[in-house]
Amino acid sequence: MGAIYILWLRELKRYLRSRAQIVASLGQPLLYLLVLGFGLGPVFQQAGKGSYIQFVAPGVVGMSVLFTSIFSGIGLLWDRQFGFLKETLVAPVPRITVMIGRTLGGATVATIQGTLILVVCVLAGFRPVSWAAVPLAFLFMILTAVVFSGLGTAIGSLLENMQGFQLIMNFLVMPIFFLSGALFPLTNLPRLLGTATNLDPLTYGIDGLRGALIGLSHYGFVTNVSVLSLAAALFVTIGAYFFSRIQI
Amino acid sequence: MVRVQNLTKTFGEVTAVNDISFIVDRGEIFAFLGPNGAGKTTTIKMLTTLLRPSSGKVELNGLDPVVEQSKARQSFGIVFQDTSLDSELTAYENMELHGVLYHVPRKVRAKRIESLLRLFELWDKRDKFVKEFSGGMRRRLEIARGFLHTPKILFLDEPTLGLDPQSRNQLWTHVKHLNETEQVTVFLTTHYMDEAERVAQRIAIIDHGKIVAQGTPAELKEQTKTESLEDAFLALTGSTIRDEKAGAADQMRQFAKMWRR
Repeated sequence: MGAIYILWLRELKRYLRSRAQIVASLGQPLLYLLVLGFGLGPVFQQAGKGSYIQFVAPGVVGMSVLFTSIFSGIGLLWDRQFGFLKETLVAPVPRITVMIGRTLGGATVATIQGTLILVVCVLAGFRPVSWAAVPLAFLFMILTAVVFSGLGTAIGSLLENMQGFQLIMNFLVMPIFFLSGALFPLTNLPRLLGTATNLDPLTYGIDGLRGALIGLSHYGFVTNVSVLSLAAALFVTIGAYFFSRIQI
Repeated sequence: MVRVQNLTKTFGEVTAVNDISFIVDRGEIFAFLGPNGAGKTTTIKMLTTLLRPSSGKVELNGLDPVVEQSKARQSFGIVFQDTSLDSELTAYENMELHGVLYHVPRKVRAKRIESLLRLFELWDKRDKFVKEFSGGMRRRLEIARGFLHTPKILFLDEPTLGLDPQSRNQLWTHVKHLNETEQVTVFLTTHYMDEAERVAQRIAIIDHGKIVAQGTPAELKEQTKTESLEDAFLALTGSTIRDEKAGAADQMRQFAKMWRR
């Protein structure tokens, strides 16, 4: 437990100390929230779907959790590049312990980042249907963060250097985001797009957030929690497997 | 004590370490020398559980690092060729993190960290971020950290690379002091022959993955009929620069690793 705690704490300290990075990471979600929220708002309203800001805010929170958690996993690459990974790999603790500490740290950081974005959304005019449901939103943020921290760790364990990073961004992270229903409703989608959104774990995270924050859920609470829990178990297992095979 | 028997490591078609054997006695300072790409770092990685040997046997204080990995890891400390500190943490936090990972009891951890940081003249800088440290300070901190869990063996992989003579001198003084006071066995690699001659009691020279000679500095000089360890080293390994060949071997190693996945 000591090793898990100290590695979790390390992730947290690194995050809290990088203030410039925290501010910078607010930029992209803010852009989506303000440009899409206010830009597409009238069109969305004319189509009889209500306020687009209300609709897109949970998607922007989910996006922030996705990016932060996956990058935190890929941060393994930095540790590999700058040597710290070796310190943990030769330590007399099982690798699964190291992996869990890192993943929980990454998930915590992603949840904090998601919370910050939620606060920004509220400042921009977003209002949850009930403040009492906000803790439920945290549950979905945490589950989503664990899923993608696990995936990030798996990717970080497989990549040897930063050259593959752009590839992962363009062909994995961005499709996960755009196919998740963060920006559009999940009803009446073309069959192919509908199938793709069903296969995307982020879809369930954002749907869960939307259900908790604005009372609008496509799949329902039980499905969202079940799929996210299964995906979390799967990706953490895959991440642990690839992490255990790292050779330096 | 370190006992290595017929140790071999291959990466695909490349044999990085080829059937080497040697013994390092308890409390000894042993230098493992060789040109670039000769197999020094691969050997250290096998001794420290970072790489699995293709064949052969390693024993660290009576423990087989392949079978009893955790116990073996607890018994040694290592300073890598490249820094392995977290530059976003302070010196103290790096020590603390190491102490927890190596199961140093909380009661003695703080005292031990303080005494080591004082010994390596870093106590006043304990709350500074490592990213603000000079190369020499980072090295001192890494060695202090390596001693934190009172290891029986300390592996030093080119610890003085890129340091000025003052820092190198200070670093070896500390290592020798801890070797004498705590009876720690030191296994080191370096490209500075004068350092090896000054601190090591025995030396092994590896080239193309094979040990070409081993003995005391005096024995190596006598064996090669040379005046200095550097001349003995050149007589045993030749004067050809090995950088290109080492680069190719590294690429092969990367390729083999990717292929296996």
